[in-house]
Amino acid sequence: MNKKTLDKAKKGTYLTISTLPSGLVKIQLIRLGISEGDIVFCLERLPGGTIIIQKNRQEIAIGYDLAKQILIG
Amino acid sequence: MSKSLTDIVEHKDKHPHLNIDKDLQSQSKMKKIVLVGNPNVGKSIFFNFLSGIYVDVSNFPGTTLSITKGVYKNFTVYDTPGIYGVSSFNDEEKVARDIILDADIILNVVNSLHLERDIFLTQQLIEMGKKVSVILNFSDEVKKRKIIIDTKKLSDILGVEVIETSAVSKKGFDKIEFAIENARIGKQPHDLHELLHKTLNRVGSQAEALLVLEGDEIIAEKHGVNPGSPDDREKIYIDRRNRVNELISDVQYEDTSKGKFFNLLGRLSLNPMTGLPILAFILVLLYFFIGDLVAQRTVSFTEGIIGKGYVEYNIKSFIADYTQTKINVDVLDDEGNIVDSKSFEFIPNKKSDPALAKEFSIFSKSIGAESHFHFSNPIVRLLFGEFGAISMTLTYLLFLLLPLVIAFYFAMAMLEDSGYLPRLATMLDRSMNSIGLNGRAVIPIMLGFGCVTMATITTRLLGSEREKTITTAILQFVIPCSAQLAVIAVLISAAGFTPLMIYVIVIFTVLILLSTILNKLLPGTSSPLLIDLPIMRFPQFDNVFKKTFFRTYGFMKEASIWFFVGALVVGIMDITGLLVVFQNLLAPITTHWLQLPKEAATAFVMGIVRRDFGAAGLFSLVLTPMQITVAIITITLFVPCIASLMIMLKERGLKEGMIIWAGTWIFAFLIGGIVSQIII
Repeated sequence: MNKKTLDKAKKGTYLTISTLPSGLVKIQLIRLGISEGDIVFCLERLPGGTIIIQKNRQEIAIGYDLAKQILIG
Repeated sequence: MSKSLTDIVEHKDKHPHLNIDKDLQSQSKMKKIVLVGNPNVGKSIFFNFLSGIYVDVSNFPGTTLSITKGVYKNFTVYDTPGIYGVSSFNDEEKVARDIILDADIILNVVNSLHLERDIFLTQQLIEMGKKVSVILNFSDEVKKRKIIIDTKKLSDILGVEVIETSAVSKKGFDKIEFAIENARIGKQPHDLHELLHKTLNRVGSQAEALLVLEGDEIIAEKHGVNPGSPDDREKIYIDRRNRVNELISDVQYEDTSKGKFFNLLGRLSLNPMTGLPILAFILVLLYFFIGDLVAQRTVSFTEGIIGKGYVEYNIKSFIADYTQTKINVDVLDDEGNIVDSKSFEFIPNKKSDPALAKEFSIFSKSIGAESHFHFSNPIVRLLFGEFGAISMTLTYLLFLLLPLVIAFYFAMAMLEDSGYLPRLATMLDRSMNSIGLNGRAVIPIMLGFGCVTMATITTRLLGSEREKTITTAILQFVIPCSAQLAVIAVLISAAGFTPLMIYVIVIFTVLILLSTILNKLLPGTSSPLLIDLPIMRFPQFDNVFKKTFFRTYGFMKEASIWFFVGALVVGIMDITGLLVVFQNLLAPITTHWLQLPKEAATAFVMGIVRRDFGAAGLFSLVLTPMQITVAIITITLFVPCIASLMIMLKERGLKEGMIIWAGTWIFAFLIGGIVSQIII
C-alpha cells in the first residue's frame, strides 16, 4: 500500500480509506460513517486542502490537518 | 395545560449528572420517555407533538445545553441535545447520557436520508439493552429522492418497532402512540453480549456495562471498575459500524438522481471561487435588511418617534406634574438646525401652573420640536433624567434594541435553517487555520456582527479552550455589533470614501495582529475541522419564525437587567459629578493623543455601558472626516457593552475576562492614537 494521504485526494474520484488516525477523532469519524476500508467519493478539494467527502448522501468536511493524517489507498 | 408541568433543567458546567440525577429522582413515579437522535433529525418536533410545548427546533450544535421536559399522558417526556453516540466526549453527550441511562422508553428519531449515520446511534441504544422504538423521519423527502427503505425488514433486523413519519406534513404521527406502547428491547449481537457479560456482573445494568466497556471514565468510576481500553472501544465501534453498513445495504435501495438546484447551490458555496461571491451576495442582502431597513428606517421610527417622541415624552411630562422641572424645547428644521427655542420652568411643579403647562404642551407638540427635561430632584433625575435608568432603559430596550434583535435572529435563523452556515465554515476553514482557529469559529464571529453578547455564548461550540479564548477576544476587540455598526455607518457615510478605507484596513489589521499574537502565545494546538454538512434547502418559515420569537424572548429576558444596571451606573456618575471627573481624567488622552474634542470622553464612558451609546455620543460633536475616522476606530476597539462583559466573565472566567476587557482599553487608545498621529 502506498502512503497517500486524504489531503492529496483528487476531486471527483472514489477512494478507499485505508488508515484513520487513532484516538478520539477516529471514533468521531466512525460515528459519522467513515471507517477503515470504506469507499468514499471526493466531492471537493478546496484550495489549501480542506476536503469534502461524500458517502451515500452524507457530506462531510475534513480540515487539512486532519486530512493529512488519514491514509487512503 | 401541561405548561405548568414543564421546566428546563439547566445544565451546570462541572457536574451535569448530579443536578439531573436529583431532578430525575423527584419525578420517579412516572415512566420516562426520552427522545434521542443525531443533530437535525427533528426530535424537537416530536417533543412538541407529545407535550404540546414549543422548544427551539434545530440549532447550531452546541448552543442548547439544556434538557427540556414535558408531560404526555402518564409519561414524563425528555428532549435531549443532538448526539452522534452515547458517551462523554462533550457537554452535550454528558447531559444526554445521564437522561438516556435513566430512561424507561427511548424514542429514537432517525433522519431517513442519513440512515447510515443515524442507525449507528440506534444500534448503540439497542446494545445498551434499552426499550426502543425507531421513528424514521423525513419519509416524504426520502420518497422525493426515490429512495426506498424496507421498514419491515429494518424492524426485523433491529428487533424493535420502526415507524415512518414526516414532520412537515405530520404524516405518521398517529403511529407514535403505538411506537411508545410497543417499545421493546432489540436484538443483541451475539459476540458483544458475551463480552458484556463479565462487566455486567459488576456494574448491574447492561447500559452502563456497555458504556464502561466503551471506555466511559465517569461511569466506570461510579462503579469502581476500570474503563475499557481504547482498543476495546475501537473494536466495539468498528463491529457496530460494520453491522450497520451491512444492515443498510439490506434495507435501502436507491435510485440516484442528482443535480437539484439546492444541491448545486450547496456545492457552489463551498469553493472560494464561487463561494465568496455567494457570501458577498448574502452579506449585501443582510446589510440591506438589518443595516438599512431595520437599523436605520425602522429604528428611526420606533426609537425617534414612538420611543423618544411619544413614550418618553409622556412619561417625563407626567413626572414633571409632580416635581420641580425645567424644560427646554428646541424646534429643529429638516437639516437639524435650531429654528426656535423656548424654556419653561415649573416651580414647585407642572400641575401648579396650568397656564404655562398648557403653553408648553402646545409648543412642545409643534413639528420638529424636541423637549429636554431637567429635573431638580436628584433621585427623579437618576430614574427619569437624560441618562434616566427607567426612561433610557425603556426606550433603548423596546424601541432600539428589540427591532434589531428580531431582525438579527430572523436573519440568522434563515441562514441556519438553510444549511448554509456549515458550508461557510468549510469554505473559510483554511484561512481560519492561519489565525489558530478552524472554520467553525466563523459562526460566532458572524453572529458577533449582530450581537457580541449572543456570539460570546456560542463560542461554546468550539473544540478547545484555546479556540474559545481566541474567538472571544476577536469578538470583544474588533467586531462591532449591529447597533454600533448602524451608528458607524451613518458617521462614515458622512465622512467619505477614504475614511471608510482607513477604517476597514485598520480594523482588519488589528484582527490579524490580535489573533496571530494569541495563536503564538497560547499553548497547544487547535482542533481540525470535522463537520457534517446538512442538506441545503429553502428555510421553513414556521421554523424560522418560532426560532426568532423564542430567541428574541430569551435574549430580552437575559439582557434587560444589565441595561438597567448600566443606565443606573451612568446615571449615578452623572448626578454625583463623577462623569465630569472621568471626562477630565481622560481629557489629555482625548485631546492630545487622539486629537479629538474633550467631550468625546463622554462617548467613551457611555461606550462602557452600550457600544452604540458610545458611537452615538459622537453625533453631537463637530468633527473633521479624519477625526471621525479616529473616533470610530477607537470606539470599535474599545470595551464591549456591559451585557457582553458579564456574559464573557461567566463564559471565560473572571481572570481571562478581565484581561480581555482591560486589553480592549489599551488597544483602543493605542491604535486610535497611532492612527491619529499619522492621519491628522
